[in-house]
Amino acid sequence: MYVAVKGGEAAIANAHQLLADRRRGDRSLPAISIDQIVAQLGLAVDRVMAEASLYDRELAALAVRQARGDMIEAIFILRAYRTTLPRFGMSVPVDTASMKIERRISATYKDLPGGQLLGPTFDYTHRLLDPSLLADEPVAEPLRRTADGSSMMRVSDILAGEGLIESDGQMPEDHVPGDLTREPLEFPLNRDLRLQALARGDEGFLLALAYSTQRGYARTHPFVGEVRIGEVEVELDIPELGFAVSLGPVQVTECQMVNQFQGSAKNPPQFTRGYGLVFGQSERKAMAMSLVDRALRAQEFGEDIVAPAQDEEFVISHSDNVQATGFVEHLKLPHYVDFQAELDLVRRMRAEYDARNGIEKNETIRDAAE
Amino acid sequence: MTDLATYNFAYLDEQTKRMIRRAILKAISIPGYQVPFASREMPMPYGWGTGGVQVTASILGPKDVLKVIDQGADDTTNAVSIRAFFQKVANVAVTTKTRDATIIQTRHRIPEETLTAGQTLVYQVPIPEPLRFLEPRETETRKMHALEEYGLMHVKLYEDIARNGHIATTYAYPVKVEGRYVMDPSPTPKFDNPKMHMSEALQLFGAGREKRIYAVPPHTDVVSLDFEDHPFEIQHFDKPCALCGAEHVYLDEVVLDDKGGRMFVCSDTDHCEDRREHGHAGEMLARQEAAE
Repeated sequence: MYVAVKGGEAAIANAHQLLADRRRGDRSLPAISIDQIVAQLGLAVDRVMAEASLYDRELAALAVRQARGDMIEAIFILRAYRTTLPRFGMSVPVDTASMKIERRISATYKDLPGGQLLGPTFDYTHRLLDPSLLADEPVAEPLRRTADGSSMMRVSDILAGEGLIESDGQMPEDHVPGDLTREPLEFPLNRDLRLQALARGDEGFLLALAYSTQRGYARTHPFVGEVRIGEVEVELDIPELGFAVSLGPVQVTECQMVNQFQGSAKNPPQFTRGYGLVFGQSERKAMAMSLVDRALRAQEFGEDIVAPAQDEEFVISHSDNVQATGFVEHLKLPHYVDFQAELDLVRRMRAEYDARNGIEKNETIRDAAE
Repeated sequence: MTDLATYNFAYLDEQTKRMIRRAILKAISIPGYQVPFASREMPMPYGWGTGGVQVTASILGPKDVLKVIDQGADDTTNAVSIRAFFQKVANVAVTTKTRDATIIQTRHRIPEETLTAGQTLVYQVPIPEPLRFLEPRETETRKMHALEEYGLMHVKLYEDIARNGHIATTYAYPVKVEGRYVMDPSPTPKFDNPKMHMSEALQLFGAGREKRIYAVPPHTDVVSLDFEDHPFEIQHFDKPCALCGAEHVYLDEVVLDDKGGRMFVCSDTDHCEDRREHGHAGEMLARQEAAE
């Protein structure tokens, strides 16, 4: 006798209890602390902050822990929190030239004002598993230089001095930057909204698209003008005060990609740019973002649109991993009502096929049910 | 960190609710037209009813009685989860009885019992654009709606007939609303399409991931697309419900064993229970009673 499935509520509660158990794991081991995640899994925390569009290391670490290390789940948890926060203002554009630099490299110059600073990078490490990490061996203090407080000229400014690179671009005086978390996107997008979408886009998706441009699907002849990582001040204009006040520093990664020149009857030949800016330390994401940004400017430069990375609606509609994971995973929700409808049609079409081909209807299945 | 746990009535802040209500009002004013709205991230995944949840959260008042169904059933896991969400964040009365509910949030079904004036049916919609699988670009489909250019849809339905002898769309079957907009009824089986026509209830559709709201106000024309020589028809089942004996209702096929044994029961669990309470018995129930 079939009994209708009941007790969904109890089943869900039990599943969540089991999840909590698995998350905690072996109780004889100490629980991992939020401080430890912030300090020792910092790049995971950075990715969660970047793609959740919320700069808060502790909350991001909490999300990582709650999600058992599942990055997209952590991003989702933090975003669902972010969306409940009031938006109380719009910051002044951050000035990355006055960044407190931790790392800054340029691939286009051997040396340049401010120099090449490698900073805390995986580059040039040999990817050999390090047994010394199994035991918690002491780690030597790094060398530090004293900050001289001077700003570090951006490579784009160096090229701009010669007029060899396009300028930052102009927006109309009264242009208010869009906010994709408050307004529905409408294609085609302005570049401000596009960059917002890319900044919170999935690192893996943007990486793959960026890679595709290097393999000939919308080639843009890129050079890393520079990548810089460090802290910038976020300032807010307070109308009552008449000046901007600092809300505090945030760490960002900025990439300026220098791409092959464009010229026209109106404009002399000059390099074009792709731009990437991401919360925290994530060179891969910032570089991928700048490559995709440049590819998406195809129309602006009158380039033929021939590849996925140039297709704004395709790229931006599918770059959000919280949306993507939700919709892909919703397929595991019950769909039996629609499946029944399909089943009914296929059976009917099958019966018609059999009748046409003189095949006797197979009654054994139905008989067994009696 | 302590205020992490406190949320507004029905989760959304009042500003957001107002924005969504404006979109709903616009949708009601232009039946079948997809109104873009600034969909929020919800604490459940996109594709799991975030659009419906946002619509419900925006129209829900403390005196409402809420019913949530998925596949027609009140006890499917996602329905249970969404109902529990509103009990938690709005402390609202809930019911499984269709006639007692003021708001019914649904995924994939319309209740069998005819809805009445004053009730609101909120649909969860995955892909609001009926033309999406014919034209993937939003920029194009919006233009097609604006120009009332729906020939492509008819070509698709015609090709179905040419290829299969039938229109191969069995759910999310496109309808024309008030003679103007072609609309996706959400992935309900086409069996439910006639229930939308001239309904006394307000029907609201929320698509969270796609950021669209649309509506069918009460007493609105909703016509399923078809051809003169291939008129629209709904699914028919050979047998009545094995539990309550109901005919002309949508049935779920339940596999009973590994020998091909199966039974058909109402997909609308409330309707089925109600009938059984009133003494109706289907084949399976009658047999069980005889055995006892």
